[in-house]
Order: sequence, then structure tokens, then C-alpha cells
Amino acid sequence: MTKDSPFNILLTAFALCIVCSVLVSTAAIGLKQKQIDNQVLDQKIKILKVSGLWQDELAIDQMFESVETRLVDLASGEYSNLFAVDEYDQNKASNDLAQSIELSRQEDIAGIGRRANLAKVYLVRREGEVVRIVLPIHGYGLWSTLYGYVTLERDMNTVYAITFYDHKETPGLGGEVDNQKWQASWRGKQIYDEQGQPRIALIKGSVDRSNAMQKYQIDGLSGATLTSQGVSNMFTFWMGQQGYKKYLENTRGDKA
Amino acid sequence: MSKTAKRVVLDPLVDNNPITLQILGICSALAVTTTVSAALIMCLALTSVTALSNASISMIRHHIPNNIRIIVQMTIIASLVIVVDQILKAYAYEASKTLSVFVGLIITNCIVMGRAEAFAMKNSPGISFLDGLGNGLGYSVVLLVVAVVRELFGSGSILGVTILLPVSEGGWYVPNGLMLLPPSAFFIIGLGIWAIRARKPEQVEPAEFRIKRVHRTEVF
Repeated sequence: MTKDSPFNILLTAFALCIVCSVLVSTAAIGLKQKQIDNQVLDQKIKILKVSGLWQDELAIDQMFESVETRLVDLASGEYSNLFAVDEYDQNKASNDLAQSIELSRQEDIAGIGRRANLAKVYLVRREGEVVRIVLPIHGYGLWSTLYGYVTLERDMNTVYAITFYDHKETPGLGGEVDNQKWQASWRGKQIYDEQGQPRIALIKGSVDRSNAMQKYQIDGLSGATLTSQGVSNMFTFWMGQQGYKKYLENTRGDKA
Repeated sequence: MSKTAKRVVLDPLVDNNPITLQILGICSALAVTTTVSAALIMCLALTSVTALSNASISMIRHHIPNNIRIIVQMTIIASLVIVVDQILKAYAYEASKTLSVFVGLIITNCIVMGRAEAFAMKNSPGISFLDGLGNGLGYSVVLLVVAVVRELFGSGSILGVTILLPVSEGGWYVPNGLMLLPPSAFFIIGLGIWAIRARKPEQVEPAEFRIKRVHRTEVF
């Protein structure tokens, strides 16, 4: 039998596929734990940086000690103990029919389809007191869903910092959401207006500092109208009735 | 090291460089050369994939049916690339976040396929491995030169260490934004090819056409 006979072709192809798939799956499974550890570590670093706790010389776990992770039931705005916090993955839960709700077209401002019932929030404590709070947010931009965190000050209204950890927007245009200078311009902005409605938004062009509305306004990203709209919508949604509004009101109430 | 082995490894560095002479693998040379660290990891990934795929394809070269040889080569290369990507995700997570897309594209890098088809199918595993290694290194040399130029003039640093302090941080250097965009890699590679061919005229290809001045009477 020659090596170019149909039987031999099939045999070689089959044998090759077996060998290669064994190789690939061994690598994937063998390295999985290490990869997950990396992702967890990466998230911790992001949270530490956005909450202002980051110090170059300290160990990550040591810095993370002043962060308390809690689950919040978004419908009631109360803390929930339904799952162990370490095992709960909010992004996974958003796709789980039992752990999320479908948003109607009017409700779905951020273009995310479904919203997890429970959100994973991070309380930053200093000497026992909650000083800041880190909330995960996500929403659709131009090409992709942007995932990020926003840190609010103790008044649950003033922005301390924002960051995005995953998106596929155009580098140089929508990708400028990663620009440090632009992210820094969020500090001190207000989320809610006097009526308690989320008012914060990106505007076209740059913010006029003499404007009375400037505390709710952020510079738009030039050349990235749709990504800018996406970021505004993300805030309108997550700070609204379907998002953290109830929870923030409850937490603010505790303080008074 | 025997003489042929030495030649196989050293030849692709300048004399038979995959990028500057064979003009293969240009696309990734444009994409990953904005920073030296990204280029370094890409070089490591590509060199190991080329060397290993050459060796394994050469090992089974007598059993590969001619009709499906390209598919067989692709399957082996793709598996190796996935393994490399998984290893990067486990041991160099930060780098893998930016490089993952390009590492996946090693599958389509012409150097890997080109060496498998041109060399590994006809030679023994040991020498094929060295050929892959040499070509990977040849690619790395060009990539690193381009990356050093682009990072130095584009962001004023090398491997993240500031060398020319940019104006935005209170220095004197105005970074050249063009260097961070893909076209600049074209210019640098083009200048590199010019420099090499000026030194080694034997690399200059004969022109395929030469415009000849024709006298009117010759037309008829």
C-alpha cells in the first residue's frame, strides 16, 4: 500500500488529530489553575488601583486586606449571602437564566441583554469605616462590551476613579477609555442630580468649567462618538433603578 | 557544531534573512514592534514554534501523504501555537493580554509554513530543528531592531526604561507619534533592506522588466 492511498490518507489524518488534540488538551488542562490564579490576581490589582489603595512596595494580598467583598441583591438593594463571594462570578451569572433577569428594551440602556441578580461590590475600609466603594459596571460601546469598575466616595455620589479591564474598542479612538489623563478627569464628578436621577454623561467636545452642569459632565472621546455614548449609557443604566440606585440609597441611609 | 549545522543556523541571520531577503512574516513585524518587550516575547514564541514544527514535521515526513501535506503541516503548527499561547497565559499573563491575538496569528505566519514546506519536508529532524531555530532568530533580529527604533523614538524608552525624557514628563524629547503607528515599521524594514543590499549587492534581485526606449521605426 502506498502512502498516498485513500486509506492511508484517512489513517494519517486521524492519527495526527488524536496526537495533536491530546497535546493541546494536556496543555490547556495542566495550565488551567495557573491561568485562573493569574486572572484573579489581575482583578485584584485592578480593584486596588481603582480604589486608590495601590502601593508599589506592598504585597497584593496585604493591600487587599482592607477590601471587603460583598454580594448585593440589586432588586432590593440589600446585601446577600446566597453564594460565597469568592465563588460568585457576576459576568457568568449574567448569562445564567436562573441567576439573572432579562431586560426589556426600555430598561436595557447599556445594551447588555441580561443583568445578574447579584452584583459583586468591594468596600474599602479604613480603620473599620467604609471610605470608598468599588462597583463593577459593563455596557456596549461600538464593537464590544466594555467591562470596568467605578469607585465612589463615602457620599455614594462623588466619583473617585474609573477603569476598564476589558474591551475591544478601536485603539487610539474608543480605546482612549484607557487613557490615564481622561480617566483622571472623572475624579470629583457627581453621579446624581438634586432629584436623585443619574445625570453624569460624556458630552461632545470638552467641558466648559464655568458651566453650572460641569460637575455632571465629562469630556467626550474625540473620534469615538459611539463609545462615548456607550460609556454614558453604562452609567445611566448602572446608577439607575435596574442598577445600584437602591443599594446606594440604602447605604447612604445607613450613614445618616 | 558541524559546518552545515552552523551554516543552517547562521545563514538566516543576515545572508538569507526571512524578513529582509525572503520578505516573509512582515505583518507581525508591523504589529508587535511598538515595544521591545512585546517584540521579545513574540520572537521567543515564533522561534520555538518554527523550530518545533520543523522538527516534528520532518520526523513524520516519510509518512505524510502528499495530497494532504499542507493540512498536516497546518495542524501541527496550530497545535504548537495553541500550546505556546496557553503557556504565555499561565506564565506571562500581562504580556499575553496584549499579545494573544498576534500569537494566534503565528499560525498564518509565512515563515513557519514556508520553512516546513521548503526545508522540513526534505531534511532530517535535527537539521530541520536548527533551520527553524535559525529562521526564528533571523526574524527576531529584524523584529528587535525595529522595536528598539520604534520604542526609543516613539515613547523615548527601551524596555520601559526612559532614555529620552518626553516633554509630557518634563523632559525635552517630543515623541514621534508616527513611530507608534504600523507604517513606521514599513519604513524601518525598508531602510534595513536597503542597507543590507547596499553592503551585499548579491541580494539584489534582477529586475523583471526593463523599460527600453523604442525607436518609432522598430514598431513596424
